[in-house]
Amino acid sequence: MSIAPPSQDVLVSFRAVQKSYDGESLIVKNLDLDIRRGEFLTLLGPSGSGKTTCLMMLAGFETPTHGEIRLEDRLLNNVPPHKRDIGMVFQNYALFPHMTVAENLAYPLTIRKLSKSEIAEKVKKALGMVKLDNFGHRYPGQLSGGQQQRVALARALVFNPKLVLMDEPLGALDKQLREHMQLEIKHIHESLGVTVVYVTHDQSEALTMSDRVAVFKDGIIQQIDAANVLYEAPANSFVANFIGENNTLAGEVLAAEGDYYAVRLAGGDVVRALAVCPSDKGAVTSMSIRPERVRLADQAAGCENRLAGRLAEFIYFGDHVRLRLEVAGQNGFMVKVPVGQLDSGWRVGDTLDVGWSARDLRALDPLAA
Amino acid sequence: MMSESLVMDAPLTAADGVPLAVKLKRQARLKQLKALGLIAPLALFLLLTFLLPIGLLLKRSVDNPEVVSVLPQTSRLLADWDQRGLPSEAVFNALAADLTRAREEKTVPELAKRLNMEISGFRSLIQRTARKMPLELAPGASVRDRFIEIDERWGDPDHWHAIARNAKSWTPYYVYSALDLRETKSGTPELAPEEERAFLKIFGRTLWMSLWVTIWCIALGYPIAYWLATLPKRQSNLLMILVLLPFWTSVLVRVAAWIVLLQSEGLINRALMGLGVIDSPLPLAFNRMGVYIAMVHILLPFIILPTYSVMKSIPATYMRAAISLGDHPFAAFWKIYFPQTVAGVAAGALLVFIMCIGYYITPALLGGPEEQMVSYFVAFYTNVTINWGMAAALGSLLLVATMTLYAVYSKLVGANRLSLG
Ligand SMILES: Nc1ncnc2c1ncn2[C@@H]1O[C@H](COP(=O)(O)OP(=O)(O)OP(=O)(O)O)[C@@H](O)[C@H]1O
Ligand SMILES: [Mg+2]
Repeated sequence: MSIAPPSQDVLVSFRAVQKSYDGESLIVKNLDLDIRRGEFLTLLGPSGSGKTTCLMMLAGFETPTHGEIRLEDRLLNNVPPHKRDIGMVFQNYALFPHMTVAENLAYPLTIRKLSKSEIAEKVKKALGMVKLDNFGHRYPGQLSGGQQQRVALARALVFNPKLVLMDEPLGALDKQLREHMQLEIKHIHESLGVTVVYVTHDQSEALTMSDRVAVFKDGIIQQIDAANVLYEAPANSFVANFIGENNTLAGEVLAAEGDYYAVRLAGGDVVRALAVCPSDKGAVTSMSIRPERVRLADQAAGCENRLAGRLAEFIYFGDHVRLRLEVAGQNGFMVKVPVGQLDSGWRVGDTLDVGWSARDLRALDPLAA
Repeated sequence: MMSESLVMDAPLTAADGVPLAVKLKRQARLKQLKALGLIAPLALFLLLTFLLPIGLLLKRSVDNPEVVSVLPQTSRLLADWDQRGLPSEAVFNALAADLTRAREEKTVPELAKRLNMEISGFRSLIQRTARKMPLELAPGASVRDRFIEIDERWGDPDHWHAIARNAKSWTPYYVYSALDLRETKSGTPELAPEEERAFLKIFGRTLWMSLWVTIWCIALGYPIAYWLATLPKRQSNLLMILVLLPFWTSVLVRVAAWIVLLQSEGLINRALMGLGVIDSPLPLAFNRMGVYIAMVHILLPFIILPTYSVMKSIPATYMRAAISLGDHPFAAFWKIYFPQTVAGVAAGALLVFIMCIGYYITPALLGGPEEQMVSYFVAFYTNVTINWGMAAALGSLLLVATMTLYAVYSKLVGANRLSLG
């Protein structure tokens, strides 16, 4: 994974951007966001969290109610969308149905008054890039969904925009094709070095493709980081739950010990958890731990935190098995065990040792009592 | 390689050995038969209420029963006539017998009316002659001479040619007349003399006025349809009701309303004069202006609805895509949006045009004599002169014009893209 270093220069910056459609509620609340040159940034969040709205403000189809958007130090607020030089890929592709694929690709080039030979050459190159060399004369209606998707991609890139926006471009494809296209888009991004802002509500898509992911909720960025950081070090319980799988435990903070808290769980056990969000003594905090960080039975022996858990269910996944346990009075505690490490002697109802290192249990938001 | 090409060459067969192509065809035929059975009642209904009347109309336009039925013997003999000089004594004899019978059966006026269309004055000739039937002849006297004695026009071969021309049960006469043509003696059509021509001008006027109404409908209907398609749902529903409101009243009422508005003492003129914009009333009603205004108003929904339905199916992302690719919104509208609406506009325009060329009530009430279109004359021939032949011929020509238009349309736009829904 190529993580853009922080020193890299900024292409787009949102400053205190707000957006309201109805004058009553803010869809985007005080957005500050820097998009770095050449990075692949994904906006990830549940439906209605304002991702498309942000993208549309960047493209110029919506105006911010407040705040500034700059592209390379140029204030964009008053630049009409057709002068912004930003490529866009739409979810329904928006290929012009009365034009052939080649004419679709030539469209932005003709507007930019390139010569005929230049246009032909660029169209040919773009078709080659998306592996559709022999499809130039076809109409969009004669292409499959995946092929249309590629044409839309090629059209958004053919005029060398500095920035390409994609709003759930793979939403209409089936799973297999979607995974294939994810890789293809990623490779094209790497080879062209263009800056991409990508919107999705599919977290695995966000994790596999992006340099950085911005997690949205209710018009606020919850966390913006590289995929591995988001996964390993979620900043709050929304991010922890939204990305990957997660076990949540609740407990009362007894004492702070350096970077850690001592927390008493519902069953009375006391565990140590990494203090991510500040909590007062006596407050109830929610803690998260990933299912694959939990050790069982003999392997739990050396762990700082150790509890007893009762096996409730085996769920078979091919490469691994998930065990559902009752831990600290909670019966939805999941543990992932590779098939090779499974003890054939375990049965539903057995009581096992459950353990993890204190670093992996993250004390996040304080819970309102 | 070898085995592959072998497999390709052998005809594919289904499991029971029947070639696949044959089996497919059999299945398709079965499906077709079933479908046919399902639509049979509808097809029968259409046949009886739509195709049959049209067929009868077409037949009426070439139907020529009068001479054959009133003068059966004469007709039979005239079929073999060499058309030179006067017909033989036998023909005159037959005519006397036919007219005698016609007098008894009271079918003389029918014949007289029909023949009068060919040569004016024929009516009185027939009636005077029929009154003399049956002929009282001195033995050995010539019937022919007696006829010429009754009226010397019986000695004119032209009158006999006229009878002979119509001694068949069908005639191109009405269709020719509707096109300002007439039949020469040799049977070929020629253009009627200038002063007798009427219908070509009327057809031309009908098409010309229809064209202008259609153009105005497109010019006014397209923006309204676009507005309807882009407005938020609640406002667009309200606007749609306004568009459809005229359908709630009859055409007659709407035309009457326009008369009230447009006449020289009408609301518009009085308002303009009251405001001091004009000194004397503008001629808005009982001329072409009035007809155009009312027809455009009445036919506007027919272009708005198909255009709107096509526009509604075009997602906004097309325009956004074009703009994001760098095109100015106006150019994008013209290059991306407009071409996708052409099929709907063309369907609506065709509908309006076809309705226009058959329009009757509006020009009849709101136009002067120079605004009357073909339908007016169809009504005139059916209601006033009871000339079914002319009415049917004019109607058939309108039908032909409509079909030609549709053929041109489907050639240009492709009938498969026609969508009115
Ligand atoms: N044109 C508009 N007028 C009024 N409200 C709008 C408009 N567009 C979006 N909204 C509202 O703004 C909120 C955020 O919408 P947005 O499309 O940005 O969400 P999103 O994050 O893209 O969601 P999704 O994943 O479903 O696409 C939604 O509640 C939506 O109802
Ligand atoms: Mg969206």
